[in-house]
Amino acid sequence: MANFLRLISTKALAGPASRAVVALLLMLIVGVIFHADGAFYRIGTHRDALRQASVPGILACGMTLVIISGGIDLAVGSMLALSAVVFAMTAVWWSWPPAAAIAVCLAIGLLCGSASGLLSARLRIQPFVATLAMMVFARGLAKTVSHGAKVATAVQNPDGTYRYVSLPPVFRWIDSRLAGDNLSAVTLIFLACFAVCWVLLARHRWGRYLYAIGGNEEAARLSGVPVAWTKTTAYAMSGLMAAIAGICQAAQEQQGDPEAGAGYELTAIAMAVIGGTALSGGRGGLGLTLLGVVTIGYLEKILSINAVPEASRLMLTGVIIVAAVLTQRRRNT
Amino acid sequence: MDVAGLVTPLVRMSGITKRFGRNVVLRGVSFDVYPGEVHILAGENGAGKSTLIKVLAGVYGDWEGAIEYFGRAARPRSPVEAMRLGVSVIYQELSLVPAMSVADNIFLGRTRGRGGFVPRAEQRNKTREVLQGIGLRIEPDTPVENLPIAAQQLVEIAKALSRDARVLVMDEPTSALTAPEVDTLFSLIGKLKREGRGIVYITHKMEEIGRIGDRVTVLRDGERVGSRPARELTDAELVRWMVGRDLGPGFSPAAGSRAESPSPAAVAGEERLRLENFSVPSGQGSARLAVEGVDLELRAGEIVGLAGLQGSGVSQLLLGLFGSYGTNTGGSVYLNGRKTVIGSPQDAIRHGLALLTSDRKATGLVLCRPIQENAVLADLRRLAPGGWRAPARERAAVDALARALRLKAASLEMEAGELSGGNQQKVALAKWIQTGPRVFFLDEPTRGIDVGAKQEIYQLIHEWTAQGIAILMTSTELPELLALSDRIVVLHRGRVTAAFGRGQATAESVLAAAMGVES
Repeated sequence: MANFLRLISTKALAGPASRAVVALLLMLIVGVIFHADGAFYRIGTHRDALRQASVPGILACGMTLVIISGGIDLAVGSMLALSAVVFAMTAVWWSWPPAAAIAVCLAIGLLCGSASGLLSARLRIQPFVATLAMMVFARGLAKTVSHGAKVATAVQNPDGTYRYVSLPPVFRWIDSRLAGDNLSAVTLIFLACFAVCWVLLARHRWGRYLYAIGGNEEAARLSGVPVAWTKTTAYAMSGLMAAIAGICQAAQEQQGDPEAGAGYELTAIAMAVIGGTALSGGRGGLGLTLLGVVTIGYLEKILSINAVPEASRLMLTGVIIVAAVLTQRRRNT
Repeated sequence: MDVAGLVTPLVRMSGITKRFGRNVVLRGVSFDVYPGEVHILAGENGAGKSTLIKVLAGVYGDWEGAIEYFGRAARPRSPVEAMRLGVSVIYQELSLVPAMSVADNIFLGRTRGRGGFVPRAEQRNKTREVLQGIGLRIEPDTPVENLPIAAQQLVEIAKALSRDARVLVMDEPTSALTAPEVDTLFSLIGKLKREGRGIVYITHKMEEIGRIGDRVTVLRDGERVGSRPARELTDAELVRWMVGRDLGPGFSPAAGSRAESPSPAAVAGEERLRLENFSVPSGQGSARLAVEGVDLELRAGEIVGLAGLQGSGVSQLLLGLFGSYGTNTGGSVYLNGRKTVIGSPQDAIRHGLALLTSDRKATGLVLCRPIQENAVLADLRRLAPGGWRAPARERAAVDALARALRLKAASLEMEAGELSGGNQQKVALAKWIQTGPRVFFLDEPTRGIDVGAKQEIYQLIHEWTAQGIAILMTSTELPELLALSDRIVVLHRGRVTAAFGRGQATAESVLAAAMGVES
């Protein structure tokens, strides 16, 4: 029996993809065990799990790209908040057409991401430090722009009174459910982001550059890879994903909250790491991250249907991340 | 300085044999150091000098033979024990902690104090004493990284002296120093001699051997060839001691000596590369240039061998030509007759240059990625012109390369790190051949490769020159360089000291020029 289990575990933990699948299966088993009076078996639970994982999942797409290149982006949560606030302001308060509001948010995401990238790639500041700085800066910017309050349908008049404006339809479109209430638009947006990032990584030479830089930056440089430019655009993509996530978040919450997304960067990192993208860089992929997104999505759902308090959830997530990294460690023969 | 047999040597090593597995690196080597002498340890790369020093310094515990430290037999099991016995080594890559101060570095590992607290004032005073003793006027609290390399080296020496080192071993100490800094170091060495200490000095530089050496011992292939007072050993004899052997086992006549049968292209080849007064910065915090005033030309189908010992600048020359140092290089470079500025490796590739680096694991391959990815990495701009890749096209290219280079791998999806050394080198070569270079720089192309793979690589090099590629290569294996090169250019301390035409070079003349012997 012991040999059988050992054989299974060796095969099952052989490649990163199979390890990620095993992680997901384990999570589902945990869900079955802690099914909270059958709540885990309801279709609505699974639907919600996927929907709630979508916004962090969008962040995880960009995060995967950055981690593969050997870096990290701690600023995605703050950039999400900045984008949510700007989207709400432009679309709700100033009644901009949705396309313009979205364009501005995406531009801001690209700008912030590129700034992190330039700090890291050209000024050679460690990515941890550069994106930590951006994290704080973007959060501060979000609060400044929104005057510290949530940007919602209540608009302040010059004389201090408030008037109420209606929520533009784009908010409802993004937050809508399709296919008979089973698929949310946000999930589709997540899948679209996933597809774009996946195709860039797998089919564009830019993706190959990312892997090479993360695997051995000096060898990449001496092989003619444009290291600084590639790294900068990786962070720009992460910023873009954060901007998209912010727009979705604003639509789901029906407001632009400058405090939104706090801690989301860690969730995004957890999704990438559980999926099997190594923090050291040079390995991993978006397919793996997708598995990680679903796994973490279920984790959060299981914790929520079992009414686990917030504090315990955080501790548990921490433990799980360590466990995931340890099982991901390659067995060096 | 006369060394009488009545004086006890500071250190006496007898019959030292060291093996690494089946590889015998030192065979019955005897070596001693007397008080007040500078004993030069000389030999080609791989002769065993570093290993002998490490045995003395307690880095290795398992060696055969005996060592007497100040008359008493001992076998230090760690460098700390050897230091306590009075032997300190100053390695080429200085072992100082850059961010810490001079005082902290000198007392590293020996901070005395109650309850773990560092007695700063006491340390500072002691440091000032030691620094004064060697004539170095700097504040003990200066962070080491703020000091120039020459001063850092003196701090290392101060560190050794503060541990009462009676024997100091210096491994190529002058490679990063300017002439006046070398003078300072040598006068300090003179002072240490007068204090009765012994100095083991490893160097390749003929001028230094003559200048400060009292005795010279030459190692060759792990054995001691001989020892002689420096005054009595002529340059020619020294070189012969270092080199005198048959052509190594890695070389076979099948590859052919190019001096006898040059490829047709080499005879009539057009000029591909010309350097005028080319220089490369040292970038080590030293004012020196790694390469200076180099004139060179390279024709299609030719192999020019760059000979040079450690510190000669050959690798830096190739890196500088390849754009690795950006536009910081000096002088002029002409490609196919036209003056060109190579500002980056991307530029270099675009102009048809290729560089196989000396360390395939560190700078040549991305070990965690598959062979397939490594092989096309340098050519993606051509294979994927719009950015979007065509995997079928890439796979076909790599299949062809694998066949041409006779690459042995279970699958092209294997990670490069899982291959043998020889196959890894073939992947690196494949990567560069894929770019279709017209000039190929090879930095130690057969380093760490078994005999069979070496032969295959020699064959490939010949084929490439027959196709018209111009090759500039370096190698520390003299027989290999002599056999492969049409012409040889020798560097010493960054300058060209000799250039040999077809069939003119001999192992002795090349090594002599590499050591700086004036011809």
